[in-house]
Amino acid sequence: MADDPRPFARTEHWALSDEVSMRDESFGALAYHHGTRRLVFVKSPLLVDVVRRLGDYDNVDDALGALVQPADRERYALALAALADSEILRGC
Amino acid sequence: MGADSSLRSRFEHGLDAPICLTWELTYACNMSCSHCLSASGRRDPRELTTAEARTFIDEVAAMRVFYINVGGGEPMIRRDFFELVGYAVDRGVGVKFSTNGTRIDAGAAKRLASMDYLDVQVSLDGADASTNDRLRGAGSYAAARRAMEHLADADFGEFKISVVVTRENVTQLDDFAAIAAHYGAQLRLTRLRPSGRGVDSWADLHPTREQNRSLYHWLIDHPRVLTGDSFFHLSPLGQPLDGLNLCGAGRVVCLVDPVGDVYACPFVIHERFRAGSIRDGGFGAVWRSSELFGSLREPGSAGACSACGSYDACRGGCMAAKFFTGLELDDPDPECVYGLGEAALAAHPVSIRPRSAPDHSRARVRSLSVPESLR
Repeated sequence: MADDPRPFARTEHWALSDEVSMRDESFGALAYHHGTRRLVFVKSPLLVDVVRRLGDYDNVDDALGALVQPADRERYALALAALADSEILRGC
Repeated sequence: MGADSSLRSRFEHGLDAPICLTWELTYACNMSCSHCLSASGRRDPRELTTAEARTFIDEVAAMRVFYINVGGGEPMIRRDFFELVGYAVDRGVGVKFSTNGTRIDAGAAKRLASMDYLDVQVSLDGADASTNDRLRGAGSYAAARRAMEHLADADFGEFKISVVVTRENVTQLDDFAAIAAHYGAQLRLTRLRPSGRGVDSWADLHPTREQNRSLYHWLIDHPRVLTGDSFFHLSPLGQPLDGLNLCGAGRVVCLVDPVGDVYACPFVIHERFRAGSIRDGGFGAVWRSSELFGSLREPGSAGACSACGSYDACRGGCMAAKFFTGLELDDPDPECVYGLGEAALAAHPVSIRPRSAPDHSRARVRSLSVPESLR
């Protein structure tokens, strides 16, 4: 079992956990965490894209700046925080 | 999982690939549990070859099925068990396998502990030997505890202790939790189904209404306990239990049996719910095109439950539990929390109950608990 997830911070590097499989679906994607056995909905194709590419950026804000329209960034940051909370994303 | 209703309806219409599937590797078993879902005992001579099994895993991996629940029979009896499990996890398909533990010695435990994406569920149906062995056979409690010792010694991590909740062990939930804590394991409780040899034992073994109510509250108080989403028929008792709270049969789950036949779920190994065979054009073709699965993905009728305000919470319960107790599929669940299932059962003659088929029980074990020598 993983340790408690570290708190999400937009100024830090976060990426899709290597314990997670993500599968595209018509509504976005399903993400399954092999360690916690939790199945999580990723509810839009753009969020799926952000999650997949998050690890390529130095920090979360850089990823949001590159991939998401300014007006939507706060909303996406909240969605990423929720995914971090369920350990789909891992801080590293 | 807390699915919202729009996403739940997507699940009800079925996904392009299952979230997970159960794969019974063999009908061979060295035990004869009185509630065995697959009526296992003897190996079937037509069981999949290693090459067929690998092709099946390739297809499951290509469909991005998240994980497979490997069972049996006793899956570790197959000589290619470790080979097939390794083949799956190497392809990113997680494996959870259920075992009676008799084949987990120190060496096997070390080997299991070294693999990623692998989880072990050791079956235990009583918190003491007498309760457990009445269902699972003489010596089975000691064998399961030995397997747990080996897994703990090998630093496997958080393996699972899997309990089928019965009228006899429902009073031992705290004891099971203590056993799990002792090994650093996680407790998993699942529902007793009237399937396989359970057709004969279910009436005497399923929890009473009063017991189901206590079970529900115990589960609410113990959110870390896994349930395999199997108690959604109890959700009308209050807040929904964690999970999808719907019947996933043919929609998001299914079962592949040892000879490659595909059934709607692990609890309906019966011709009525057979969707096809992976030997006829592969698993994907069955999943996508089976007429049976097509019909299961149609919006269901609430039937006798349509007047009940709780239909949204339980969706009428478990299809298998209804079918094998002789109820109609749109009748209430036989363990309906309001007692409507008991009333429906009382109105049905016992003689029309379907038998489980195929049946691989060894001679004379059906409905008897014969002590087995454990290898």
